[in-house]
Amino acid sequence: MTWRSPLAVVRDAWRSQRAREKDLRNLVSNLPYEGLEKAKQPNRYFPGNAIKTTKYTLLLFIPMNLFEQFHRLANLYFVGLAILNFIPVVNAFQPEVALIPICVILSLTALKDAWEDFRRYQSDRKLNNTPCLIYSRKEEQFTERRWKDVRVGDFVKVFSNEIIPADLLLLHTSDPNRVCLIETANLDGETNLKQRRVVPGLCTMDPEFDPESFNGVVVCEKPNNNLNHFKCYVESPDKEKVGAGIESLLLRGCTVRNTDHAVGFVVYAGHETKSMLNNNGSRYKRSRLERRLNIDVFFCLILLFTMCLIGAVGHFVWLQALPSVPPYLVPDSKGHLDSPALSGFYMFFTMIILLQVLIPISLYVSIELVKVGQIFFITNDIDLYDEETDSRMQCRALNITEDLGQIQYIFSDKTGTLTENKMVFRRCSIMGNEYPHKENAIRLNILEEAESEDEVLFNQRPQPSQTGWSLDAEDTKPGDKHHHPGIQRKSKVSGNAKGDVAFSSPLETEVIPDRKLLQQISRPEFRIGSRQEKEPYMDFFLALAICNTVVVSMATAQRRRGSWFMPSSSTNNPLDTMSTWMKRASRIFTCWRRKPKQKRAEDSVIEEDHFNASVIREETEDVNGLQTCSLHALSQFKKPALTSDNVRYEAESPDEAALVYAAKAYGFTLLARTPDSVTVRLPSGEDLVFEVLDTLAFDSNRKRMSVLVRHPKTGEYVLYTKGADYAIMELLGTPYAEHLSGSQKNIAAETQYFLDCYAKEGLRTLCITKKVVSDKEFESWSVSRRKALAAIEKREELVMDTAVQLETNLSLLGATGIEDRLQESVPDTILALREAGIQVWVLTGDKPETAVNIGYACRLLEEEDLVINMSCKNKLNCTSILDCTLEEVRRYSADPRNVDTTPDISLVIDGRTLAMALSSDLQSRFVDLARRCRSVLCCRVTPLQKSKVVKVVREKLKVMTLAVGDGANDVNMIQAADIGVGISGQEGMQAVMASDFAISRFKHLRKLLLVHGHWCYSRLANMIIYFFYKNVAYVNLLFWYQFFCGFSGTAMIDYWLMIFFNLFFTSVPPIMFGIMDKDVSAEILMGVPELYRTGQGSGEYTFSTFWISILDAFYQSLVCFFIPYLAYQDSDIDVFTFGTPLNTISLFTILLHLSIEIKSWTVVHWAIMLGSVALYFIVTLAYSAICITCNPPSNPYWILQSQMADPIFYLICIITTVVALLPRYMFHVLRNSITPSPLLQARCLDRLNSCERDLFIKEWRGFRGGGYVKRSRLSTPPSPTLETPMDNSPQSPSASDILEDEFVLNVITENYQGPGHTKDSLVT
Amino acid sequence: MYSSMIGGLKVTQNQASKMIGKQSRSFVYDAFVLFFHVRADCVKRRYIHKMVKEEQPESVNRPDNTAFTQQRLPAWQPMLSAGIIIPGFVLIGLAFIGIGVALFVTSRSIQMLEMDYTGYEQNSPCFKCSDESVKNCMCNLDFNIDTLFKGPVFFYYGLSNYFQNFRRYGVSKDLDQLSGDMDAFLDPTSDCAPYQYDGNNKPIVPCGAVANSMFNDTFKLYQIVKGVKKLVPLDGKGIAWWTDYNIKYRNPTVKPLKNAFNGTVKPLNWPKPAYELDPSDPANNGFINQDFLVWLRTAALPNFSKLYRRITEGDYAEGLPAGNYSLEIAYNYPVLSFDGRKKVVFSNVSWMGGKNEFLGIAYLVIGSMCVVMSIVMLIVYAKFKFPEED
Repeated sequence: MTWRSPLAVVRDAWRSQRAREKDLRNLVSNLPYEGLEKAKQPNRYFPGNAIKTTKYTLLLFIPMNLFEQFHRLANLYFVGLAILNFIPVVNAFQPEVALIPICVILSLTALKDAWEDFRRYQSDRKLNNTPCLIYSRKEEQFTERRWKDVRVGDFVKVFSNEIIPADLLLLHTSDPNRVCLIETANLDGETNLKQRRVVPGLCTMDPEFDPESFNGVVVCEKPNNNLNHFKCYVESPDKEKVGAGIESLLLRGCTVRNTDHAVGFVVYAGHETKSMLNNNGSRYKRSRLERRLNIDVFFCLILLFTMCLIGAVGHFVWLQALPSVPPYLVPDSKGHLDSPALSGFYMFFTMIILLQVLIPISLYVSIELVKVGQIFFITNDIDLYDEETDSRMQCRALNITEDLGQIQYIFSDKTGTLTENKMVFRRCSIMGNEYPHKENAIRLNILEEAESEDEVLFNQRPQPSQTGWSLDAEDTKPGDKHHHPGIQRKSKVSGNAKGDVAFSSPLETEVIPDRKLLQQISRPEFRIGSRQEKEPYMDFFLALAICNTVVVSMATAQRRRGSWFMPSSSTNNPLDTMSTWMKRASRIFTCWRRKPKQKRAEDSVIEEDHFNASVIREETEDVNGLQTCSLHALSQFKKPALTSDNVRYEAESPDEAALVYAAKAYGFTLLARTPDSVTVRLPSGEDLVFEVLDTLAFDSNRKRMSVLVRHPKTGEYVLYTKGADYAIMELLGTPYAEHLSGSQKNIAAETQYFLDCYAKEGLRTLCITKKVVSDKEFESWSVSRRKALAAIEKREELVMDTAVQLETNLSLLGATGIEDRLQESVPDTILALREAGIQVWVLTGDKPETAVNIGYACRLLEEEDLVINMSCKNKLNCTSILDCTLEEVRRYSADPRNVDTTPDISLVIDGRTLAMALSSDLQSRFVDLARRCRSVLCCRVTPLQKSKVVKVVREKLKVMTLAVGDGANDVNMIQAADIGVGISGQEGMQAVMASDFAISRFKHLRKLLLVHGHWCYSRLANMIIYFFYKNVAYVNLLFWYQFFCGFSGTAMIDYWLMIFFNLFFTSVPPIMFGIMDKDVSAEILMGVPELYRTGQGSGEYTFSTFWISILDAFYQSLVCFFIPYLAYQDSDIDVFTFGTPLNTISLFTILLHLSIEIKSWTVVHWAIMLGSVALYFIVTLAYSAICITCNPPSNPYWILQSQMADPIFYLICIITTVVALLPRYMFHVLRNSITPSPLLQARCLDRLNSCERDLFIKEWRGFRGGGYVKRSRLSTPPSPTLETPMDNSPQSPSASDILEDEFVLNVITENYQGPGHTKDSLVT
Repeated sequence: MYSSMIGGLKVTQNQASKMIGKQSRSFVYDAFVLFFHVRADCVKRRYIHKMVKEEQPESVNRPDNTAFTQQRLPAWQPMLSAGIIIPGFVLIGLAFIGIGVALFVTSRSIQMLEMDYTGYEQNSPCFKCSDESVKNCMCNLDFNIDTLFKGPVFFYYGLSNYFQNFRRYGVSKDLDQLSGDMDAFLDPTSDCAPYQYDGNNKPIVPCGAVANSMFNDTFKLYQIVKGVKKLVPLDGKGIAWWTDYNIKYRNPTVKPLKNAFNGTVKPLNWPKPAYELDPSDPANNGFINQDFLVWLRTAALPNFSKLYRRITEGDYAEGLPAGNYSLEIAYNYPVLSFDGRKKVVFSNVSWMGGKNEFLGIAYLVIGSMCVVMSIVMLIVYAKFKFPEED
């Protein structure tokens, strides 16, 4: 090291600061500067790749940790008291002794922090020393270094299955298509492969990349934590700029897959990488209970001050009353006595020290411990464990468990949350012709039924032959073996951490082609006129195959984690040509077609059939299994042979995969996708390679995506667009079929009709369009597009503008209907939640029809419900509708005939109306309406609206809200709600990352809320109340004593024993109470969801319960003090001998008080309670036997021993404890006998045996809830009036205005039938 | 082979093999047969299903299915209700009444004689001594006993309105000094201040307010038999706690004891230094003087009595016979400065200690309350039967 002037150091630091803060960074290669000292390095201002996540250093641990800890108010309180104790005039105890509590707490916390930090240090060190390859100019090759040596500007080479050490701009890959596949599971949990491509302008086709040839300047933005956005351009020496985005960035922490090697330029290193910037630990939320608790702590503070004031005034009065100086009044060291007023003033502080325990500081520590325990039990619940994904319930926010027991509103996403998000292609309509795919529907139905009947059926299905498996197992980690049985389990294999493709079983991937449609497209080419007629069909399927972002990956591609999929994927389509397809289809046909007839006759035959079918399939599987393995062995890293039977598709959204599989069923097989081309095999066996000119990615504003390709045969530029029907219909230009001779029908109208039918059936609809772009148009567009892509500022906007520019004048090809099946037990769960008094809102982006249908299917809406459908176009209209609906609903609920029934009103509202209803002037009216509705369905809402709804409801109604969702579009909502629940589903992990609790199925919500929520809340609420009681009861003993010691601050209990009392003797039982008490069993809570209502609102922890327990504490302390006082009056008892029975009595009182509160006693309860008593006696006896002069001047030597030899001691203990607890005991008994609470009644049910219990639950629910769910109507719903609302509302501003607008406000009770009914009627 | 391969099917396969008894059959056939079997027997199917599930290789994240983690530990759920607690209440009530009667009777049998000798009233014999300016004042308190005062009789002195529990007072002593630590002789703890050093800066031993304010009235009891005063022997041994006398407080080991106190001064209020407290008994000097130890055990409440002597010897071992008595009091301790009172108490003791009627009455009251409560409960129980019976 050479000496540098301090000035230079400061200047350097300032410069580096400035360089880091700049919006744009210019990065150049480090290679020309290799070996130079640091000051000459061009990228020296940017941090290196070594990471340090530790908070402390070895030397500074103690000061830093103390500093950290003193940020907590509670600790400051402690320290203040300790300092106060060092002031001689006010101290109550030995100053050193007063330090004990704070020291214990600080050192325990420090120990925990140190341990955590050490673990972080270890993992940092391991990570920093991971080897990686960095290019060295000296050695002219990549040399092995450590991760910590990587600097910005270096060239790093990564191999397949290696983890990327820093954020790299991809410059080269071994893949001929210049792409590199990465898996981002470490970052966001998504396991589908993502394609990254080499920065476009820089591609060299050489097999080896020479970093020294790179002489451009990389200009990139300041590091940020957005994993999906990155902006940079590379400026070559000749000032040519090439833009690059996230699609060229390899992120630190990701794993390279399927690519032999890749070379990248380090743009961000270490803490500036996106993964590190995203790493911000667990979230901190404050629960409602804790907020209330703080208010009560404040009350305690007031109480403390009052008591201290009484002490101070009392001392003053007492001193005043003395006629002269008595011998017991000790002056200060100079023999001087303070005036009574001054002494009183000092006494105030002494009292604070003496009575400090009144502020339950230990409560905060205890609550943390209790929550850890509660979370342990929640995460260990086997019912919340999902076997398929092998994932437990995760608690990401550690301190809001009790909020789960107070939820009043649930906001749920639909897709992926209520439904499986496993899309199954069901129907399509092409050129206005409907193809119902009846056979496919039947097959799906049967599979579904069979499945729900018994899982065993699938479990025992024969597995592929062992040879296939054993070969395959070679590159399978032994730990992965246990997934094998899962393959045959069908619908249950859901999106998960390990099973990463959207589809893993034939159920979803196999589509049986519609015969009519099949004939249509397989009609021989030479038939007259068919060429033209067939074209739209061809285009439709080409669009399905091309217009997506599905990544094709070969079954042979090596992938450690996913390798177990190989055999199953080979079953997808064992036969590839059209003819064999036909054969196969007809074979399966015959199987399936026989079924409905036989179904009625004999079940077992059906199963046999099914079984046979699968056996047949097994054989083909075997063959393919072997074939796969041989391929695998030969060409591990070479481009595998393009055969359609071993492709599998990895899609970011499952709809896309469903469409691709559908296209494949018709012979249009997507074979390969590179950034620049798509290869599709046509039914004729011909492979077409389309040049992809651009992909206009999906976004939630446009609600559509497009792919622009050049047709290999015609050379036309073709834009295929697919998207939501309302987004597409507006953009339609001339109907596609216009130029067709003879057919003048309005395709758009026809298609719209079918779309509505699909939606009513609950299918997700997509419109498929095509547009031929002229060369000229393309040229001009591509220029503006390129500009937009290279822009750094406002790039998103520009890119979107260009997309909108191109997506006009589309020609409609057809539409598809994709089914997304409901998850297991969703209707039950929703019903249970509703019975629990929770309002369930569903917020979805789907069409209202689809949403309503799903609403019925999942019992969000009931057949006899009054459904209000709100959809209006302008605000005036919206206002009046809102007003008159509200009026109606009010009248309905005010109707005396409906008094004790909750009106079964449901509201369906669409996104546009919602936006108006949420505007500030209508907000309160909307919320008022929504409050009166039992369930609300919001359709076509944007992510932002979702969070707005949650926020409005939460703030306006002051209720506890829970949002549950699975996708990135739910993140806003999840964060806005009091509790965010993420479902780890098909759509990646963003929702889970943002959530407080992560579950894997929607049905888990039921147990999570009804059981764990209830338990956590009632446990914690009771524990907190008990804690307040405990402290007040104990401290008041000291307070009462002040009246007999001249308010001098004497404690009649040895200080050590006082500390032990709180620290050891009475600390564990309440914690155990908070973790383990069980008021009602899980079965009852699940069976009687109404019990959940006890926790809603303020629940068990209310203002009155707090004050009742404080009053009880006062009473008990009075008893505990004055019975011994009266018994020992006038005797020769000394201070500590008097204190010992008091201490013992409070121990018994406090513990027995808890025993009254404990609802169920397990072995643990007994052990801890008896252990606490035993500990008290052992410790106190030992302490008073050993400590002769150990702690002057207090000295409890042999006091407990002498007391325990005295029968009076026991007699006093017994009577005092009984008298102290009698009122509470009596209160409980009388309340339980006279007005038993629902919870108590539920506890009675618990005692019955299961059979009787079920009977009782049924009866009891009918009796209690008045048949909340299905009850006989007391009055007719106001449907007749609502049908014509305008006539009835005189105040409606201008009827004509409203009538002009098309709006719907009707009762659709009868209009919608369950999906089961519509299915048949729709098939024409 | 395939059974190890597919763990989940292990049992299924075994079951199947057992059923058809032939291991060699193809797996497909095994499963096939099993399939029918399963279809036929619903209960068995469920069982196998369960087995299949259980036999599956444990998943990494699968929570333990134990009673503890699943919160299914067997539990006792007491239900507080009127019907259940009636017998308990009756039992407790009766037991309390029993204890109460015993306590009350015992307390009644204890004889106690209390006499105030503060001299507050003009006609009281010690009025002349109540003036603080009078030194070495003696007064006589005459009283008579009607019946035999059963022995052993305990002789207490009592002070009222005396706050020995005042915080500063209670801590104003040096335990090290009192346990014979010679270092603490010359350098008493600052807790003793202002009774730490005298005006000449000499350490006070024993230091502190407690020692300084030691009660120094002395009593002599005479029985007046035919006009002649007969001294009643008072036993001053063993009136302090055994542990105080033998373990907690110790004199320094220096012999003679006087030398240990070289360079120290006696407490200001003391007429004699600590080593000369009891000239009659060398073992009762220094810190282990019984009276001093009794005084050191600071009283918990402002009205207290402390044991002075016991009457256990000679003619009075059986108690104080009926007759006239005279108590000769050396009146030294001023109490009027704080509005205090002094008294002497003669009492005999029982197993429950001194006379205290409170506890007996309390037990009786609470016991009866419990009984009454159980009757109330009975009414409640009859009126509101427990929901179970609904």
